[in-house]
Amino acid sequence: MSVKDYLRERFFPHMWCPGCGHGTVLNSLLRAVEGLGLDKSDIVMTSGIGCSARISGYVDFHSLHTIHGRALAFATGVKFSKPELKLLVPMGDGDALAIGGNHFIHAARRNIDMTAIVMNNRIYGMTGGQFSPLSGVGIKATTAPYLTIDNDFDVVKMATAAGASFVARSTTYHVLEAVDILKKAIDHKGFSVVEILSQCPTHFGRKNKGGDASNMLESYKANTAKTGSKALAENPSLIARGIFVDEDRPEYCESYDGIIKRLSGGTES
Amino acid sequence: MNKHIKFVQGNEACVEGALYAGIDFFAGYPITPSTEVAELLAERLPRKGGKFIQMEDEIASMCAIIGASLTGHKVMTATSGPGFSLKQEALGYACMAEIPCVVVNVQRGGPSTGNPTHVSQGDVNQARWGTHGDHSIITLTASNHQDVFAMTVDAFNLAETYRTPVILLFDEAVGHMREKLVVPEEGEIPLVDRLRTSVGKGVDYHPYLPREDGRLPMSDFGGDHRYNVTGLFHDMWGFPSNNPGVVNGLLHHLVDKIENNVHAITRCREHYLEGAEYVLVSYGSSARSAIHLAKNRRERGEKIGVLELQSIWPFPEAMIRERCRGARAVIVVEMNMGQVMRHVKAAVDEPERVFLANRIDGHLITPTDIKKLLRVIQGRGV
Repeated sequence: MSVKDYLRERFFPHMWCPGCGHGTVLNSLLRAVEGLGLDKSDIVMTSGIGCSARISGYVDFHSLHTIHGRALAFATGVKFSKPELKLLVPMGDGDALAIGGNHFIHAARRNIDMTAIVMNNRIYGMTGGQFSPLSGVGIKATTAPYLTIDNDFDVVKMATAAGASFVARSTTYHVLEAVDILKKAIDHKGFSVVEILSQCPTHFGRKNKGGDASNMLESYKANTAKTGSKALAENPSLIARGIFVDEDRPEYCESYDGIIKRLSGGTES
Repeated sequence: MNKHIKFVQGNEACVEGALYAGIDFFAGYPITPSTEVAELLAERLPRKGGKFIQMEDEIASMCAIIGASLTGHKVMTATSGPGFSLKQEALGYACMAEIPCVVVNVQRGGPSTGNPTHVSQGDVNQARWGTHGDHSIITLTASNHQDVFAMTVDAFNLAETYRTPVILLFDEAVGHMREKLVVPEEGEIPLVDRLRTSVGKGVDYHPYLPREDGRLPMSDFGGDHRYNVTGLFHDMWGFPSNNPGVVNGLLHHLVDKIENNVHAITRCREHYLEGAEYVLVSYGSSARSAIHLAKNRRERGEKIGVLELQSIWPFPEAMIRERCRGARAVIVVEMNMGQVMRHVKAAVDEPERVFLANRIDGHLITPTDIKKLLRVIQGRGV
């Protein structure tokens, strides 16, 4: 099946700006799904609100475009009520970790089987360039005209601490790596988190002297290094890429099925 | 399930009703005075293969039941005032995306954290207009456990019929008092399942194209049809659209599907209304005091009757106008500052004859409280 067969062409052209990294994330995601040979009708894509969230309309899966920050909560209802479905939950950085931060840590704690993709462009794009919880200190944004003083989250550390059983990071520059990681994340039984650094030349790059899309992509090449690599050991200020957690832990829906099975011998009281 | 007699709390009667109606998914977050609904379903649901999940907050609970409803399950959540406020955005989503679901609100005093363990009926307007934008909503209520059971079954049936959230507005006294409940035998009350599409695999399915009767056949997530669900205004494929015709058409559809069926949704109970000179309009636990007073005064020859509302939204305007016609006075008995009273005034022919008997201090309104107001209206002093 070609990648095009996974798209809803009726819904194109997409609404992302020229140079936006989100199209690359979509491409990587579809190539991962294609690589795994999944049936389109077995996949539910749930998204929140913002630029990133429109991704669910573009794919020919069951798609649920929800409210801001709550994609994981909707996805939990879908997955728990019908565990045979594959849940893909792409979210923007604000979606996943500002308004949706609580749902993020609790989905990780439950270890419910779904794949959360944090499309991290460090800015609120759709509302016009306000800073996000992943912007970090010293960033210019419409709501930080004198530069941000807000610290950012490290998504990988946070997901790990909250209990996600698969945690990884890649960028829109490292497309083949991202496809490979996404395949492993989707295949993983449990809550998997993949952070993908995705450039926003319109609102982040322009204000923060990041240059155009190609400059920003090059910066992902220059400022990141594979986890465990010599480059990272020599220069710890680089952002680590790769798989950080990949563990086998009891999955939520399976554990609940265990309760149902245990009770099935008894009668309803 | 066999017919059996139980001695239960109102919250438990609600659980019995939900199980009778075929609930198979519940997501919730504990909040007084609704918590027993969650506790009992946590125990009962897995026994019949259903799912119970305690989410991290009220918002997540509302979102989770919407997700589960889309896979074809009968779903419910339960909460109280502050939790109900948190659910409002997702409740609006369920209205917009037309997702069948039942939301129980066992009311407590408010605003804010208010009076968690005491009785109030302050969420009548929140049930109607809590979320933003224009939409219709169905809200049912009950004053006794047999009705709690019946209205809960009705709530599932109406949600499935009209593809809409249905709110069950109970109050603390009804939720926590214990009385007899007769659980009917299987089949005694007809159950409704959502209309599912007959469109086959590979044929273009339009999830948001209403049939002539206004109903929209659904397709379960995970089934043959892959479609888009969104809280944005959307066309018949479920794709976002801001085309004025699409926006206008969808909003009219959301309102009309309920407002055009008021006769089928409206529910009430009449007590001693024959020739009543004074009509008490009430609902929930305050209706019990109204009924007590009416019975008592009838025995003494006073013509007092009660119109007990079992549905509040859509507002049963025509029914109230008709039942109150010719009455010397209409007294709305409720435990708030007149949330239903204002609508009764708008409904009746002579609004100046409508009075409010209320109590807002966290205690039940008593027959004596109502009688005192009645004496003033009758010109018999305090």
